[in-house]
Amino acid sequence: MAARSGGRPAAWVTAAQLAPLVGVLAAFFLGPILVIFVVSFWDYSEFDLIPDFVFTNYVELFESGVTYTIYLKTLKFTVLTWAFTAVIGFGVAYFLAFHVRTLKWQIALFLVCTIPFWTSNLIRMIAWIPVLGRHGLVNQALLGTGVVEQPLEWLLYSDFAVVLAFVHLYTLFMVVPIFNSMMRIERSVIEAARDAGAGTWQTVWYVVLPLCKPGIAIGTIFVVTLVMGDFVTVQTMSGGQSASVGVAMNNKRALLQYPAAAADAVVLLAAVLAMVAMLMPLVNVRKEL
Amino acid sequence: MSLAGERRGAGFYLMGVFFAAFVLFLYGPMLAIVLLSFQGPDGGLTFPMNGLSTHWFGELFKEQRVGDFKASFTRSVALALLVMVLTVLISLAAGLAFRRNFRGSAGVFYLTVASLIVPSILLTLGIGLMFDRLGLEAAWYSSGLGAHLTWTLPFGLLIMFAVFNRFDESYEEAARDLGASPWQVLRHVVVPIIGPSLVGVGLFGFTLSFDEFARSLMAIGVHNTLPLEIFGMTTTVTTPTLYALGTLTTVVSLAVIMVCLAAITWMQRRRSRQGSDAGKGLV
Repeated sequence: MAARSGGRPAAWVTAAQLAPLVGVLAAFFLGPILVIFVVSFWDYSEFDLIPDFVFTNYVELFESGVTYTIYLKTLKFTVLTWAFTAVIGFGVAYFLAFHVRTLKWQIALFLVCTIPFWTSNLIRMIAWIPVLGRHGLVNQALLGTGVVEQPLEWLLYSDFAVVLAFVHLYTLFMVVPIFNSMMRIERSVIEAARDAGAGTWQTVWYVVLPLCKPGIAIGTIFVVTLVMGDFVTVQTMSGGQSASVGVAMNNKRALLQYPAAAADAVVLLAAVLAMVAMLMPLVNVRKEL
Repeated sequence: MSLAGERRGAGFYLMGVFFAAFVLFLYGPMLAIVLLSFQGPDGGLTFPMNGLSTHWFGELFKEQRVGDFKASFTRSVALALLVMVLTVLISLAAGLAFRRNFRGSAGVFYLTVASLIVPSILLTLGIGLMFDRLGLEAAWYSSGLGAHLTWTLPFGLLIMFAVFNRFDESYEEAARDLGASPWQVLRHVVVPIIGPSLVGVGLFGFTLSFDEFARSLMAIGVHNTLPLEIFGMTTTVTTPTLYALGTLTTVVSLAVIMVCLAAITWMQRRRSRQGSDAGKGLV
């Protein structure tokens, strides 16, 4: 009875509560990664996988010039997407946190920003076709006003379209954590800055921005890992004309070159983990929730 | 920056326009395909509208034309419901465990976060290969279910953290003092209080699964879920049927969101109405 009134259940209760989570992650997260790691050292023929311990998949990967081009391209997508989502996300969060004054409106407008996240990414990509296509709304407007004489071809199925779609899909991942950081800033801190003579820009730059670092870091982790590991956005929005690490991996998979795709996956995982490791010191995730 | 009680400055209107532009950017394209899905039978993939009809929605249900829409839709809904229920139960259980400090808690936490940020293409490749090597058949209710849970459980657990960080333990203490068993505390105190958040976790579980493509790719087996079917269509279908499909799936997602938000609002209203005995003359 003493243990119960103290509210500390036995160890087996904790274990039982955690078992389903750990079980699912062990079976469908750790297991598959282990399989990938093992298979990346296997050999393969046209039709079959051959258990082995060879480094050829990695050697071929690093000896191919295409690999470096693709990684550079992926990095370009990542940096551009990060920059746009960070700036736009900060602006949107700032408006919600500091300009919208009542909680009711904050919740309502926050939901407006969030709802698309719960709808299909694929559909949201397809939705750009009537806007950016050769005969799309943008081109119709540009032709109609005489700004251009030929429809712009680079609006859709291009690197531009890929970055646009990334920004469209992932800005929310910046808005939410940055908004969360901003809502924790004491209003008296802002007032103190203003009483000390800081203008709006100075307050934002020297007070708000530094206090939002954890939020920006969390958003960055989301955006960077999502873009680096993506293949469907690049595939769809570039019309198959551009490549990223994920697209290359998926192509190898489609050709049944699983060990080569697995080696690709291991290198990508290392790259993503390195990025996250650099960002982790900036933020204590559990404290932010 | 405008503090309460001050007059709105130019900054407010500037940021307001910026915010409005962002909302237009978010919803504009979607609105375009919703309109275009009602294109007349002779209409194309872009404006102008060539008449107004539900022709392309009809096309959607003719199986031979555009893949197996009905079966994949049913599969997706079934899988999403399964993922929803499991995500709520597993996240709640794990969230309760994390309220106590236990050995290895950091390890389990980082394992869960890692599951969220690992590239989807890697995970789906791994699950596909694993099932293949183990001689198991990949299917939406086995490998597919597992793949989706690796995506929804981290969201569920993170929400549970946020919930329990704000949870007032004195309610539980009061219940225990009145003689409630741990199970009764959970059933009659904790769950009703965090009910709205559990609905939120369910919403994440359903919608993330219903729309999941990247982690499904190699994990679903021979019978496609809807997003896989849609992806196939993006390269083969060149009629507004594609938009009709987009409109339909979005309506389903929106309906689920609205039901969840209504449930959350209802639970909060009910709680604020019944949760206080102020003015009822009770001592």
